[in-house]
Amino acid sequence: MITVVYFARLREALGTGSEQIKLPGTVRDLNGLRALLIARGGAWEQELAADRPVRAAVNQTVSHGDTQIADGDEIAFFPPVTGG
Amino acid sequence: MTVRIQTADFDAGAEIAALRRGNPKVGAVASFIGVVRDVNEGDAVAEMTLEHYPGMTEKAIEEIVGQAVARWEVLDALVIHRVGTLKPADQIVLVAVASGHRGDAFAACEFIMDYLKTRAPFWKKEKTGKGVRWVEARASDDIAAERWRLKG
Repeated sequence: MITVVYFARLREALGTGSEQIKLPGTVRDLNGLRALLIARGGAWEQELAADRPVRAAVNQTVSHGDTQIADGDEIAFFPPVTGG
Repeated sequence: MTVRIQTADFDAGAEIAALRRGNPKVGAVASFIGVVRDVNEGDAVAEMTLEHYPGMTEKAIEEIVGQAVARWEVLDALVIHRVGTLKPADQIVLVAVASGHRGDAFAACEFIMDYLKTRAPFWKKEKTGKGVRWVEARASDDIAAERWRLKG
């Protein structure tokens, strides 16, 4: 299982802040996970579409599409940051 | 080096005094305070709520401070960032850097702030007369951070 967390606009649009997902053997990187979530359709398809400005982190480190993921990881999806 | 995420306000004078207390090597302290503006994108802002990613936010700021320490003479540094609901004129963020000389203090302070704006996971949601909206990231913040990229 992996833990996937969502923040800010994404958390609201997707209606969840955190979930546990059992990774299919075919999903090995962030791109794969994003595609799996997009396949849910609806808000998932809209918010995580390739042309949307979505950032991601693996185990709290900013990561990119080809970053490998594995059981036990904490994956985060969020919009570009706006602090300060 | 200290990084604090908190809902409470801070006393910048007391924090800066504490930062350099007991260290006679300090010849300069540069600090920056970010404050909630009452207008954004042409709309009056009534209040703003800041969300963060507990754990990652602290880690990201610690990494940024670490990069500043590697590039400039930094004797000590402090970053306090507030989360939760804030009103116009409230303080949001304090960055303070103590150094031997002003050049290093100014540069490290501005670097930390520019990187924090584009790399630390915080998100602002503001309430205006038109309703509630998430603040969009600005290209000018990316450009400000990009200036610090080392060449070669």
